Amino acid sequence: MSNHRVIVVGGGLAGLAGSVRLAEAGMDVDLFSLVPVKRSHSVCAQGGINACNEVARQQGYSEYEHFDETIYGGDYLADQHPVLEMANFAPKVIDLLDRMGVPFNRTSEGNRDLRLFGGSLFKRTHFAGATTGQQLLYAFDEQTRRYESEGKVTKHEFWEFLGPVLHDGRCVGIVAQDMRTMQIRSFRADAVVMATGGCGLVFGKSTNSIICTGAAAARCYQAGAWYGNAEMIQVHPTAIPGADKLRLMSESARGEGGRVWVPRKKGDNRTPREIPENERWYFLEEKYPAYGNIVPRDIATREIFDVCVNQGMGVYGENQVYLDLTHKDPVYLKKKLEGILEIYSKFAGEDPYSNPMKIFPAVHYSMGGLWTQYTKGSYTPGTPLPHHVSGTKSPLPNADIGQGMQLGAPNNMQTNIPGLYAFGEVNFAYHGANRLGANALLSCIFDGLFCGVSVLNYVRQGVPGKNPAANLPAGTFDAAVASEDAKAKKMMSSATKNGDPATNPYVIGKELGNEMTAACTVVRTEDRLKKCLGTLANLKDRYAKMALPDDAGWTNQSLGYARSVGDMLAIADAIAQGAMARKESRGAHYRTDYPNRDDANFMKTTVAKWNAGRGGCDLSFQEIDATLVQPTARTYGKTDAKKPEEKKAMAGAN
Amino acid sequence: MTTAKSHANHSSRPAPKPGRSVRFRIKRCEGPGKPSRWETFSVTVERGSNVISCLQSIAANPVTVQNVKTTPVVWDSGCLEEVCGACTMVINGKVRQSCSCLIDDYAPNENDEITLEPMEKFPVVRDLWVDRSRLFHNLSRVKAWVPIDGTYSLGAGPKEKPKSQETRYKLSECMSCGCCLEACPQFNVEPDDKKWDESFIGAHAISQARLFNAHETGKALASERLDALMGAGGVSDCGNAQNCVKVCPKHIPLTESIAAMGRAVTIHGIAKFFRG
Repeated sequence: MSNHRVIVVGGGLAGLAGSVRLAEAGMDVDLFSLVPVKRSHSVCAQGGINACNEVARQQGYSEYEHFDETIYGGDYLADQHPVLEMANFAPKVIDLLDRMGVPFNRTSEGNRDLRLFGGSLFKRTHFAGATTGQQLLYAFDEQTRRYESEGKVTKHEFWEFLGPVLHDGRCVGIVAQDMRTMQIRSFRADAVVMATGGCGLVFGKSTNSIICTGAAAARCYQAGAWYGNAEMIQVHPTAIPGADKLRLMSESARGEGGRVWVPRKKGDNRTPREIPENERWYFLEEKYPAYGNIVPRDIATREIFDVCVNQGMGVYGENQVYLDLTHKDPVYLKKKLEGILEIYSKFAGEDPYSNPMKIFPAVHYSMGGLWTQYTKGSYTPGTPLPHHVSGTKSPLPNADIGQGMQLGAPNNMQTNIPGLYAFGEVNFAYHGANRLGANALLSCIFDGLFCGVSVLNYVRQGVPGKNPAANLPAGTFDAAVASEDAKAKKMMSSATKNGDPATNPYVIGKELGNEMTAACTVVRTEDRLKKCLGTLANLKDRYAKMALPDDAGWTNQSLGYARSVGDMLAIADAIAQGAMARKESRGAHYRTDYPNRDDANFMKTTVAKWNAGRGGCDLSFQEIDATLVQPTARTYGKTDAKKPEEKKAMAGAN
Repeated sequence: MTTAKSHANHSSRPAPKPGRSVRFRIKRCEGPGKPSRWETFSVTVERGSNVISCLQSIAANPVTVQNVKTTPVVWDSGCLEEVCGACTMVINGKVRQSCSCLIDDYAPNENDEITLEPMEKFPVVRDLWVDRSRLFHNLSRVKAWVPIDGTYSLGAGPKEKPKSQETRYKLSECMSCGCCLEACPQFNVEPDDKKWDESFIGAHAISQARLFNAHETGKALASERLDALMGAGGVSDCGNAQNCVKVCPKHIPLTESIAAMGRAVTIHGIAKFFRG
């Protein structure tokens, strides 16, 4: 039909949904991934995917309430229109997944079953056991394989994205390296969709897969793409501590009735079953009577952290609390949660059906990411509405397409670089300062399907329509390859088997992770962040003298990892600088020195722009569009009479 | 439930001591066609150590027990929680994921040894990393997808009884790790991709054919899937060793799938014969 091509980088849910939508529209797609796409990090998502559904609707729920919950859950940091469109579109996503054969759990009548999830009083989470992400990814993997077999999608698996190729200020392709042969070459494209996920590995151990370094996004950022709200990193309240990673224990465990507790007596050494009910402290239920154990993640995380670290009340005196499902029927648990309970028994070596699980928070998700644009939809109330009262009538009864974002507008989820898009976790668009559980799978698929149309329109009607990348002179591409070749050669020339551990990239990466976890997670302070920036400077110096521990010209994994460490340092700097500049507390970002939300000064997007001269970021704040709902204090009905100063703080945040 | 049993095992013996040294004997190879060699490393283990965390420590300090400096070991990994299938290798002679291989189970005592080898049914890329493209190719052979009418809004999919969902969910948990193929006597290494379509397709793909033939819309391609399983390298190549089901980390009823598809292929063959 045309000689246009689109490159999609990343084969998780966002990348595959985008590839399928583009291929279906007749576009040739080149799909790049570090791993066979079926092994992408989306497989790790467990709990489910949110959408308004008929049962919840008849109980008073609506797409609008889903939208309002997401904005409130995100502590009013997201631009509101894209979130509205996502919530409106969500039921269509579920129907499509259903048609694709996703084995959603069923009710006795054969309807899709639903579960409760954080931040909502309605059951609006659809699920396939406790491996929903895996099942959704497989559905898109299958559809992608179908298009691959028809020649519409070309997969480039085990290829690493090294950077975008820019020509006249627009993105016209990428440079990539084959991880086996080590060949570096360019690929032309009329648009490039980044769908490369989050940056958990910046924190060393997290719930993320080993490939989630954030390096691909960092390479776009260092090539001029802006990065939004880098400091907004979600720490999930419940994970299983491990030596290599912290394994997620899904929020669905709490959604299905799991209770979080510690012994009321400090240092109680009895086994959990020996501790009677009245000697257990169900601190979330006590502090949040309405939401109980299903308060949003940032809140649960801070409460668990406070109980363990500040009050020293952790189980057996260690940094851990119980997540207890033992009161539930094992048959019910097996049906709903088998996947995650199996992970617990395999990795913790204890049976969670009869013993409460021991868990602690872990870095989980990046709300921040590549800065993206959108075209506002048709819904523009004269003045923003107050916070929606749960279960009341929606002001938007029809939930039509195009109320939030204009379908097909070429700039939807486009970065500041024309032709360079960001879909899924790698963008900053939907989750504000804290993501609600089971909204991630939704935002990935929504981007792929809804914003995939924007990519098509940009390619066919925008600059590439008249001047396709295929017709551009080779010089631009050759220069981009030469620059990456030079970088790789320089690293290879450092290779030695006699390197000092101080300059080993794996050691530098590990120290980076330790420092970022200590300074930039649950609790942040000016002093600690300053110290962190000092450590980062030191690590950058050591990185400059880095010695590669492997000189092989074939399948050199050390080269790939070492290169990522440099990119992780760039992202770490944006995270720490953002955390330092945001002198308030909002969502996942909690500053003990500025414990209140400050809407007047900081209800704004942090925008990081790479300063190549300094090798760091220039920060600025950008107004957000909050014309749909007014901000209100985000308390989730907390009742804590013992802490009046905190109450005052909540009121002050109004 | 296996979980309860494994817990009993855990509590019946003294907990292994963190801080002990464990030896890793690793089969290494620089690339396709290159000779392989063995290297042994000593690693200090901590609580919760697994094969992955030990390979990570080796990468940070790649020195063998003979004090020879070497390169970090190359291996494939992803999620580290046994849902992506990437880190499959042969550990102490048995194929499994290395992430869920806890050192306390495999090497509870000081200086216990663990052997790591690449899977041998797939061509080695380097060290413990093998090329499993054939495994994914075989999913295309059976058209392992639901032929939907596109991604536009066309309402919900078919309703489904919980029993059917439970069966399909179990089959759909297959993470394409390749354990069933490594253990299968009929599945052999085949570097020439032109021969893949005539070589044994493997338990995983047969089971996926069953999965999609069980779906209301997926059924539309049932006949084509059965054609693929009827030809050379199809279901009749299965030698009934039943190794596949024993090594499947997700406990997928692979032999049940093979039997079900075997029957379906027979009926399909007879029907075709009479239709001419």
